[in-house]
Amino acid sequence: MKFGVIIFPGSNCDHDAYWTIQHVARQPVTFLWHESHDLENCDAIIVPGGFAYGDYLRTGAIAKFSPVMDSVRKFAAGGGLVLGICNGFQILCESGLLPGALMRNVGLKYVCKPVYVRVENANTPFTSTCREGEVLTIPIGHMEGNYFCDEATLAELRRDQRIVFRYATPDGDITPAANPNGSLDNIAGICSPGRNVLGMMPHPERSSEPELGCTEGFKIFESLVGAMAEK
Amino acid sequence: MNLSPALAITPEVVQEHGLTPEEYEKVKQLLGGREPTLTELGIFSVMWSEHCSYKSSRVHLKRLPTRSRLVVQGPGENAGIIDIGDGWACAFKIESHNHPSFIEPFQGAATGVGGILRDIFTMGARPVAVMDSLRFGPITPAKAAGEGARATPAELHKNHSVLEGVVSGIASYGNCFGVPNLGGETKFEPCYSGNPLVNAFALGLVRRDQIFYAKASGEGNPVIYVGSKTGRDGIHGATMASEEFSEASEAKRPNVQVGDPFLEKLLLEACLEAMQTGAIVGIQDMGAAGLTCSTCEMGGRGHVGIEIELDRVPQRETGMTPYEIMLSESQERMLLVAQKGREDEVFRVFQKWGLDAVDVGRVTTDGKMRVLEHGKVVAEIPNEALTDDAPVYKRPLQRWEPPIPREKPDGIKLAGPGDLTENLKRLLASPNICGKRWVWQQYDSMVQTNTVEGPGAGDAGVIRIKGSQRGLAMALDGNGRWCYLDPRLGAMHAVAEAARNVACAGATPVGATNCLNFGNPEKPYIMWQFSQVVDGMTRACEELEVPITGGNVSFYNETLGEGIYPTPVVGIVGILEDVHQATQPHFRQAGRTVVLLRAGEPGDITDAESEFGSSEYAKEVLGAVWGYPPELELEREAALQKAIVEMIQTGLVESAHDCSDGGLAVALSEAALPQAVGVRVSVASQGLPPEFALFGEDASRIVISCDRDKLSGIQQVAVKYGLSADVIGETVPEQVEIKLDGGVVVSAAVSELREAYESALEKALRTETEVVAAD
Repeated sequence: MKFGVIIFPGSNCDHDAYWTIQHVARQPVTFLWHESHDLENCDAIIVPGGFAYGDYLRTGAIAKFSPVMDSVRKFAAGGGLVLGICNGFQILCESGLLPGALMRNVGLKYVCKPVYVRVENANTPFTSTCREGEVLTIPIGHMEGNYFCDEATLAELRRDQRIVFRYATPDGDITPAANPNGSLDNIAGICSPGRNVLGMMPHPERSSEPELGCTEGFKIFESLVGAMAEK
Repeated sequence: MNLSPALAITPEVVQEHGLTPEEYEKVKQLLGGREPTLTELGIFSVMWSEHCSYKSSRVHLKRLPTRSRLVVQGPGENAGIIDIGDGWACAFKIESHNHPSFIEPFQGAATGVGGILRDIFTMGARPVAVMDSLRFGPITPAKAAGEGARATPAELHKNHSVLEGVVSGIASYGNCFGVPNLGGETKFEPCYSGNPLVNAFALGLVRRDQIFYAKASGEGNPVIYVGSKTGRDGIHGATMASEEFSEASEAKRPNVQVGDPFLEKLLLEACLEAMQTGAIVGIQDMGAAGLTCSTCEMGGRGHVGIEIELDRVPQRETGMTPYEIMLSESQERMLLVAQKGREDEVFRVFQKWGLDAVDVGRVTTDGKMRVLEHGKVVAEIPNEALTDDAPVYKRPLQRWEPPIPREKPDGIKLAGPGDLTENLKRLLASPNICGKRWVWQQYDSMVQTNTVEGPGAGDAGVIRIKGSQRGLAMALDGNGRWCYLDPRLGAMHAVAEAARNVACAGATPVGATNCLNFGNPEKPYIMWQFSQVVDGMTRACEELEVPITGGNVSFYNETLGEGIYPTPVVGIVGILEDVHQATQPHFRQAGRTVVLLRAGEPGDITDAESEFGSSEYAKEVLGAVWGYPPELELEREAALQKAIVEMIQTGLVESAHDCSDGGLAVALSEAALPQAVGVRVSVASQGLPPEFALFGEDASRIVISCDRDKLSGIQQVAVKYGLSADVIGETVPEQVEIKLDGGVVVSAAVSELREAYESALEKALRTETEVVAAD
């Protein structure tokens, strides 16, 4: 049972995810280089946050062409577990592993702060240790987190319960004021039809240790470890 | 400037290069009597500029204390280094990027961050935190104290757009690079309208035995250029930073460099990885004065020569002259010396990260910087001529009095029937005191997952060190208005307050870095201000045991002859033995005892009146500035800081907040806002007007909250250090109430105060837009 954390040039949350897996979850973990097709027999892949290839064109637009993403597509098609965080979510959308796109925040500014997200579906490999409707405090830090998709896709996401996290108030109400970036339907995270690929804008690795003021993000890693053990 | 190589060197050309006739004579003498080539003249021009040579400040800077048993590296390298225990050291420095940020706010500020980050990782340290100290002209139309008129809509608009540009520049660079921004300070005064100050601080961690220095050695070792290609941007940036601004300064926009944070991130990873190979001998970033500075300084420090061939320098455009290549300030470049025969190990790493790495020259033994183009020598200058032999001026000093009354003007009435609750709200909403969320929420403050105390709430930023129990606290502070009124005392306060902020987090202050922002040093009164500031800083750093390990000086912050307040900014770093003990400034729960820990006694009415004139209250509410900064007894301040650290480390204290801008009433409110825990206190006026007790800015005071059981422990520590620790009240739910001599003078819901504090900055920026639109 092994995690792999991808490094693109410009990834900057790669070490954070690695640390959380190694020192908090206490699981084996290795880095995967963007130019390599080899996923080194990892059982779960983390596509970390950052600015892959500088993100100068459009977030994730270059990363989708990298050799490692080729392998990740195949891995996901075979049911492999893939977690995309922040820039990772953007890359998964660009790569076609998740539907929709992440546009510029409505305020047009980068926003870094803790937000509340409500767990919409606790029946995924990433949320199995949460309760449905549970509110987690997890920080965001992005310029392009404004999720968008067409109506048909949204209907499909709703129908198949693929909306995993939505921005909410501390009491779990879904309100416009609780939405930090203008995301459609307050969407903070969605999964693939097979539930094995999750993309989320909040950074669970930033709220996984008491020193950082919050540990609720660790539930995502905890769930993932549990799911890997079951496989 | 005509850069044709055939250009004859006339007195006009010399003058255009910012050199005096005497300096030019010295150039010739140092070249053994011959005329310099144009390239050489350009090289002397940048290396002898104020920015690079410190020619006006050097004689004064020598007075600063720079040593302690923890200092591994003092001034003179890319950054200072302090031993922080457990085999770790930290490299840190603060630097100005004022001039570029005024001309082109976004890129100016962005490359300011980029430059300071390179200074850190060139020493082998991974940057783990940045902070910024920012100063702008007014952003609200309110009449500014001491100034004749309100800021015009055009001025407001300019200040607004400089603020917007600077903040997004800092955000864009730091966020992409992936270093958390822990805050800093954002201040507004009319004097910064034409001269905004952008001072960027960075701190990195390095293993004590893996530090790299900017020193060349080993004859025949290859000199390798890495990173971005050289373009025509930023030529003469250092010279620009050594001149006053005029109306023509807009035309200097091409002198501002353009930053690429993505490339810098790659450069960071590649440099740290290349250092691990063991093949690197010395390394320096190319900042001000680019290739010129890195070449002669690395050679100079190692007492060797360096020869480079410009044909091999990666270039962004064709047809660049030696003059342009040597003076370009293109960003994200480094020069390194590798061990002969091990070049390939270095090249492999840079290739992996997709960066240029080119062998451009070699180390020689003759102590000269020799520059070749197509094999022909275009410049040959002894290193010393550019570094140690650069001019040093002992410029004339002239004592100066600010055009400000030293006593309270008769028209100013205190102890009137005014509503003190309303005035507290006005202060909380004033630009200097109000919440700066609009600024710091644009910065990634959490990347690297080390942030224990981020921006906004804290007096200091705090990070943990992974794999260790230890943590580091850091704070920036400056007070231009106080230095204007009394440069020496103002500088002492800057050091004391930054150190007090660090101590309030529970950390022992161990090192300092300074950024000295001043007007034109050729004016004797400016030089006097500078000298006074250095004296004050020296005294305070000695007394508080925080040596200065580096920093920079920014002169010529003048536009059309109008200078800034003398503005020294101090960054202090402190060590927490156990980061889990880091204490926050805000009240955590109701029912706690609130104590005012204090090193001095309030002065008599004359002192109090004179000191009150320098407060934020006087400026914002009374619309006047007079008098002097508050008194500061450094021995007692040192005792206060030791005491609070001891109290925190022995677990006596639940929260600790430094009492500064806006006095006790503002400190109590700031402590109440974050968790919406109110406070009820009762203080005595001691016969002074009520404003003094509430809003006076007496130094050396800390508001703490604690469990009632811990009170006797706190008082024992206070007695040991000769301090008073008076219980002034307790925390309560949701209300801030202050009684003075038994009568309630301030009473407000925390939510009301929070609204005033949190919404002010955004409101100011919005209103300003409307004012301009309506204009």
